[in-house]
Amino acid sequence: MAKRLVAKGEFSRKLSERVEKVQGSQFWASVFRPGSIFRKGYTDSPRNRSYVIMNSVLYHLHPVKVKRHAVKVSYTLCLGGLSFFLFIMLTVTGIFLMFFYRPTAANAWNDIATLHTSVAFGLLVRNMHRWAAHLMVLSVFLHMARVFYHGAYKPPREFNWVIGVMLLMLTLLLSFTGYLLPWDQLALWAVTVGTNMMGYTPVFGSQVRFVLLGGAEIGTDTLLRWYVLHVLMLPFVIVIFMAVHFWRVRKDGGISGPL
Amino acid sequence: MAEVPDHLLQRSLDRRAFLAAQGGGAGGGAAAAAPADDPGKIPTSLLERSAAGGGTATATAPATTRPAATPAAGPAGHTQRLLTVVKAGSIQDVKAVPTDKVHTWPHLLIGEFVATMAMTAFLLVFSAVVNAPLLGMANPNRTPNPSKAPWYFLGLQELLTMFHPMVAGVTIPGMGLIALGAAGYIDKNPSNKPEDRKFAIALMTLFLMFWATLVIIGSFFRGEGFNFILPWRQGVHDIFDL
Repeated sequence: MAKRLVAKGEFSRKLSERVEKVQGSQFWASVFRPGSIFRKGYTDSPRNRSYVIMNSVLYHLHPVKVKRHAVKVSYTLCLGGLSFFLFIMLTVTGIFLMFFYRPTAANAWNDIATLHTSVAFGLLVRNMHRWAAHLMVLSVFLHMARVFYHGAYKPPREFNWVIGVMLLMLTLLLSFTGYLLPWDQLALWAVTVGTNMMGYTPVFGSQVRFVLLGGAEIGTDTLLRWYVLHVLMLPFVIVIFMAVHFWRVRKDGGISGPL
Repeated sequence: MAEVPDHLLQRSLDRRAFLAAQGGGAGGGAAAAAPADDPGKIPTSLLERSAAGGGTATATAPATTRPAATPAAGPAGHTQRLLTVVKAGSIQDVKAVPTDKVHTWPHLLIGEFVATMAMTAFLLVFSAVVNAPLLGMANPNRTPNPSKAPWYFLGLQELLTMFHPMVAGVTIPGMGLIALGAAGYIDKNPSNKPEDRKFAIALMTLFLMFWATLVIIGSFFRGEGFNFILPWRQGVHDIFDL
């Protein structure tokens, strides 16, 4: 018994020596900048609390300090942040789905069916992608309502509100373009109804519809176009708008309030 | 240059009058009055002091026969004089009001981390339990009845049953969207307190409820031929899917 305890003490001493050595190495110190909580000798001090943000990529998103009322969950309900997080989840799950999907009328539905039955976690990841998409529409919408009720659309934030409305539109477009991709009856007819509505726009409505569908009605060309819009073009645009949105939050004086 | 406040000027004048009344007898009295008489000249008391102290008086120092009260103190024993008054505003212009702030790490980041983990857990569990729909393969020759847009467009589809497509599909949503985007330019009320902006809150609540109601009706109360039905009579399986 005593011998085992000694051995255990020996082991933990060796382990901490090893940890010490790794954390003291040049590689470790080059990865984690001063103030990182993973760095050797991190202590909780106001200076290090500032460094955690200042010396990490998070500095692009957050200032070193934020208003006290803004960190309360009851103020923001995390809706903006969760919208962004859902976008990241959708990107990750979407990349997974892209490995198993071909955007042609002949293959699309079968690829999804195969994904369900023959790909490890295929069904789960597709479910996550679908539900996260619906949740993102909901959370962006609720985020908008929250911002309005806090009067945060008023100067100096009025332009960021405009960007936010555009982000809501882009979110809807992303969801709508993704809706077609499974190429089942639900997808085809939901998109048929949706694009018919769009065709009523005066002057250029029918032309826009023709370009978007790649023809007079939905077919394999539509599938390819909406696939490219869904996985490449709209994400590219929305990321730019998001970057401006987050940057303006800080430039316009941080989060609004307190009420 | 900042102006000297009136009360300080007045105090200075009073002091001079008082010293003049005393006949300039006191040693400091003359010194205090000197700069006012001849602003370009160094007060004699200071010259005396430097002569007595370091012995390096300037060559131009006028010789004085005054009995040197060596440290030239004021009448009350003050050894410094008021040279000028600089008001704080002219040096530092503080615009920002200090606000109550906390460090982002850990106060904000912990909360964000918990929120993302909770969302991930919810999404995983929900996705493990509820499957995304995959109906039969798309068939352009077989139109389902009812045919519905995605749920977030069902408000628009609902409007289509009431108005001309131009109005329901383009004019109303277009105007709504423009009004929404321009809210920050239309609303001139600077307050963000709920009690000051009852009209704006009422209007927005009406707007949101309008769309929410339409979406709910379009989703659950429209059956075959987009006719009004009661979902608890027919069930939602045939009329609504995500």
